[in-house]
Amino acid sequence: MTPAQRRRQIERWSPIIAAAGMLLLWQLVCSVFSIADYIFPSPWQIGLAMAEFFRPIMEAAWKTFWVTMVGFGLSIVVGVLLGFLIGSSRLMYAALYPLLVAFNAVPKAAIVPILIVWFGIGVGPGILTAFLISFFPITVNIATGLATLEPELEDVLRVLGAKRWDVLVKVGLPRSMPYFYGSLKIAITLAFVGTVLAEMTAGDSGIGYLMQTAGSQQRLPLAFAGLVVIGVMAMAMYELFSYIEKHTTAWAHRGSQGE
Amino acid sequence: MAAQKDVAASGGDVFVQFNDVWLAYNEELLAANHFAVEAIDLQVRQGEFIAIVGPSGCGKSTFMKLTTGLRMPSMGKITIDGQPVTGPLKISGMAFQAPSLLPWRTTVDNVLLPLEIVEPHRSQFKSRRAEYVERARKLLQKVGLGGYEDKFPWQLSGGMQQRASICRALIHEPKMLLLDEPFGALDAFTREELWCILRDLWTEQRFNVILVTHDLRESVFLADTVYVMSKSPGRFVVRREIDLPRPRDLEITYTSQFTDIVHELRGHIGAMRKAGAEVAQ
Repeated sequence: MTPAQRRRQIERWSPIIAAAGMLLLWQLVCSVFSIADYIFPSPWQIGLAMAEFFRPIMEAAWKTFWVTMVGFGLSIVVGVLLGFLIGSSRLMYAALYPLLVAFNAVPKAAIVPILIVWFGIGVGPGILTAFLISFFPITVNIATGLATLEPELEDVLRVLGAKRWDVLVKVGLPRSMPYFYGSLKIAITLAFVGTVLAEMTAGDSGIGYLMQTAGSQQRLPLAFAGLVVIGVMAMAMYELFSYIEKHTTAWAHRGSQGE
Repeated sequence: MAAQKDVAASGGDVFVQFNDVWLAYNEELLAANHFAVEAIDLQVRQGEFIAIVGPSGCGKSTFMKLTTGLRMPSMGKITIDGQPVTGPLKISGMAFQAPSLLPWRTTVDNVLLPLEIVEPHRSQFKSRRAEYVERARKLLQKVGLGGYEDKFPWQLSGGMQQRASICRALIHEPKMLLLDEPFGALDAFTREELWCILRDLWTEQRFNVILVTHDLRESVFLADTVYVMSKSPGRFVVRREIDLPRPRDLEITYTSQFTDIVHELRGHIGAMRKAGAEVAQ
């Protein structure tokens, strides 16, 4: 093996090595200082809890997953439309952008109780919180992609009789695609945060509810198991969008690193 | 009227005609009598290659916007190809210093872009696509991009991208090609290479060219007539016919006749800058 090949091998395995190292250290700390599992459970204890409560955890995970995906779907639709609106019109940008920023700055945890008053306990607040927390990055990224068009290119097309719509469809939208996929990666992780937040405050099921219940009964291994499941789901979705991004907008990811 | 008679006397048909054209960018500037270009009078013959030189910020790009109909003059009248200009002129093709090719399209698809927009090609694009692709490939081969048609712009060098950009400006067979410092970002050798490519394209197709540049050698080598523009207010101060014989070869740029003209133009610009400095003081 040449040194370059070896380096590449190490690079490929490095995330797994790092994760394993962290787990090992964690286990070691818990074992050596014999920390009680209701204070800080070790990875082994979390694993045991996961095996013991496999079915309820999977049911909760599925619930959280689909609630998140519905909210995320909503935020793609609304986020893209809003982004298109403010990215293609200066007036709309001036009018709506400050509002959006203000809205985004509102802590979503503060909105959940209001949503409960409106929609009651159940999936409603979960879907809406996931949506509210995740549409902003999509909107901003679509708008940025549309607004950063080279004026020269616009002249080239306008002189040929191109209408605003032509320029948007032929140039603006394809241009904003890398921004869009980039924002999806961020938005999906935020959406999971939103769902869990709503479930913890007002849920009757889902991972957030499971963690809340387990925590209040001091069954921390189970609560940690919930955390792990959420982390895995969010990471899997992130990787999925990362993959889609790479394979649909390869032109934006050229460079020396991939060679 | 007198001007028209002059051109008629000189034998060519007038293609571009500016009659005392003034442009202020907005109402306030107009009220303040602050013009980006003023008192532009110009007659360009059919198929003539003109170059406009001047210091940066002298309104050369404004002039281009007027000629393409992207901007309407505040005062005066512009007639192109016998028609008064009332809006964007699709008989023109444009290329700029930045090639601004779309990175998600291959070179040939980039060149095809104007045909997807301009009528009558737009409505025929689907049915005549094969023919259009053939036309784009031929044009690319002509400028030395054979074999690169299906590459993406970011796989091409700067000079190659600029060639593709010029092809994009020419694909719909415009009567008028407008170039805004198209070779400004290229190294000296590539630039001279592209001069020759532009010369050959023009010799073959005889469209009108309006080349905006600050490279005097470039303007003298390529153009029939060079206009020197002054800075704020932007107006034409010198008109110089370049009577060097055609076809011109790069060798000509080393002759004394050539360098004399360049010197002369350089003198005008130098005098203008000096005058400007004195006014400023």
